[in-house]
Amino acid sequence: MKLRRFKAIAVKEVLQIWRDPRSLMIALLLPFTQMFLFGYGVNLDLKHIPVCTFDREGSQLSQALLKHFQASQYFAIVHNVNSYPEMVAAIDGADCRAGIVIPPDFSERLNDSGAASVQAILDGTDDNTANIAFGYAAAVVSGYSSDVQLSQLDRQGRTLQLIQPMVVQSRVWFNEDLESRNFIIPGLVAVIMALVGAQLTSLTISREWERGTMELLISTPVKPSELMFGKLVPYLVLGWLDAAFCLAIAALWFGVPYRGTISALFLTTTLFLFVVLSIGYLLSVLIRSQVGASQIALVVTLLPTVLLSGYVFPIDQMPSFIQDITYLIYSRYYVTILKAIFLKGAGILDLLTPILFLVVYALAVVVLAARAFHKRLA
Amino acid sequence: MFARVIPIVIKEFLELRRDKGARFLLVVPPILQMLIFGYAASYEVYHVSTAVLDLDHSQESRDLISRFTSSTRFNVVKVTQSPRVISATIDASDAAVALVIHAGFAELLRKGQAAPLQVIVDGTNSNTALIALGYVNTIAAGFAQDYQTDLMQRIQGVRGTRQVQVTLEQRPWFNEDLNGQWFFVPGLIGTLTLVIIVNLTAFAIVREREVGTLEQIMVSPIRPAELILGKTVPFFIVGLGEVALVVAVGILWFQVPFVGNPLVLLLGTALFLCSTLALGLLISTVCSTQQQAFSLNFFVLNPFFILSGFSFPISSMPQVLQWFTYLNPLRYYLVVIRGTFLKGVGLDVLWPQLLAMAAIALVLLATSILRFRKSLE
Repeated sequence: MKLRRFKAIAVKEVLQIWRDPRSLMIALLLPFTQMFLFGYGVNLDLKHIPVCTFDREGSQLSQALLKHFQASQYFAIVHNVNSYPEMVAAIDGADCRAGIVIPPDFSERLNDSGAASVQAILDGTDDNTANIAFGYAAAVVSGYSSDVQLSQLDRQGRTLQLIQPMVVQSRVWFNEDLESRNFIIPGLVAVIMALVGAQLTSLTISREWERGTMELLISTPVKPSELMFGKLVPYLVLGWLDAAFCLAIAALWFGVPYRGTISALFLTTTLFLFVVLSIGYLLSVLIRSQVGASQIALVVTLLPTVLLSGYVFPIDQMPSFIQDITYLIYSRYYVTILKAIFLKGAGILDLLTPILFLVVYALAVVVLAARAFHKRLA
Repeated sequence: MFARVIPIVIKEFLELRRDKGARFLLVVPPILQMLIFGYAASYEVYHVSTAVLDLDHSQESRDLISRFTSSTRFNVVKVTQSPRVISATIDASDAAVALVIHAGFAELLRKGQAAPLQVIVDGTNSNTALIALGYVNTIAAGFAQDYQTDLMQRIQGVRGTRQVQVTLEQRPWFNEDLNGQWFFVPGLIGTLTLVIIVNLTAFAIVREREVGTLEQIMVSPIRPAELILGKTVPFFIVGLGEVALVVAVGILWFQVPFVGNPLVLLLGTALFLCSTLALGLLISTVCSTQQQAFSLNFFVLNPFFILSGFSFPISSMPQVLQWFTYLNPLRYYLVVIRGTFLKGVGLDVLWPQLLAMAAIALVLLATSILRFRKSLE
């Protein structure tokens, strides 16, 4: 590899980027706007879940229970229905995610036997919301339950303490308030960088073929490896800029706690960018037409990165053969790395496994790309 | 007018027929992606990897821990005697939950004083952590309840106190077992269709422009509206085929029940296809090179995907973003597809969604025809 030829290619590529301001703007603005937009959009925390209530009794006790729901920040009572069909319509139309039904003999049962039950009707189409909403509702009901018990004991003039044989003391580490944003946003940076990175380079070679400039390049003494690195380096700089934007927005704007070191972040980001850019380059070498290259790039990047990288859907909960597939998704490693650096303050030594995987990935792709490119017409 | 539209339709089909790679791309990746993503996309937590530190070694502590070991929700991966191992296990993500029982646990229990069960949760994935904590609480509450009943039977004086208990019964509708696949597979059908169709149509006009064949079309007497229409029809038919393909995978492979009216789904699909086609064509008319179309594709698809309610609930978004989602055809289609699959609701419930998609389709198509006319001058 000769430095002079590498430099010549790099300079040509920089000029090409510079003189296509529209593409440059897209490359710089795309990650910026996406971070802002999605930073707000990606949120799994459920608050103010819309519910409707159906109080079939209308007693003091049943109203007191509904007051507990009203006071909870997790629920927003949007309808008080008076008939079953009304409730069905509210849930069918997705106006409410859940319905609380109090039976007509609620206070009678509560006074007679001390045991009464309330129904939570859940819109099961969204199982996660249904599960979490039920958990919150159960907590509200049990709070109400102990209130009733205390007031009854009070009336009997007894001061007996409620025996609570065991308490669960939970400590949440790394993400103390369990805010979903804190774990999704670092993953989001990885996803955006994977998408932007691959599309930066995925057209560089096929464009030369389609525009006919490849003949000129082939007639020069440039070697495949010089061409590759010459084309990758300018985009690496662009990638650094994009990554810096995204990471800064994550930490400064969205306030995701950043506990790691800058050096670990820089090293892993560079490694990841290198993998992503060379994959884009490889695709571009393999597929001569731009449309083909872009379609394949889309198929192999967009949805797999989003769904299989573990940025929202936890990998360890997937069936094992799907887990095997996720090892091929290079963003998986960067998602792991970013989450660990941001939330756990992990250093390079803690991250050796994902870093090693990325290195192997980078080497494999570079070798493949260098082999795939032939200086031949036809 | 039709005399000029039909040749364009035929030309597009011929182009597709002569492109072997494109045909392959239309059939194989959607099926593969449905199969893989259908398994991957889920928030369900089946097995929480757990580390256990028992410093009490009492019958009570062993009883409590055995409740976790025997639960299908927990998977005890490490039993240790050292607090340092516990923190290392959590740090390395080998376990998501650690249970710590300190010495003196049984003594406190017997005295009737609140005995602590310490739970350390890796909050990195807040959703999993929340669900895991819920499981821990359920098991702990069961243990506490059993212990209390036991205790009350032994201590005479307490027998007179009546327990008051209000329970909450769980009644999930439409998906009794709260199966996560039933939520995500219909969503995937919509998402995959969006990606495929926009990607296909985004290049439709820009390619002609780059290859230079657009000039030939322009010198023919065809009008912009006719050209757009001629480009739309073949992709519409292809899109219907794509939807049929992925819906078949969803119903036959993933066994997601379809309880609604297929005609309502067909109508919804047709309107959704029109709006996504129009979106792709708009991208195609705005861009002058295929690379720009490609970048814009990414720019557009990811927001559509994230702001659709596919994986992130719209009701949790800030108000401004919620307004944005009203511009997203996928948002409406997901309601239609989940409504017809699981709820079996009909036009009386879904008409606003259908109307919204029709409006989006009309506006986008009109804009792309106008844009196209302008770009000719």
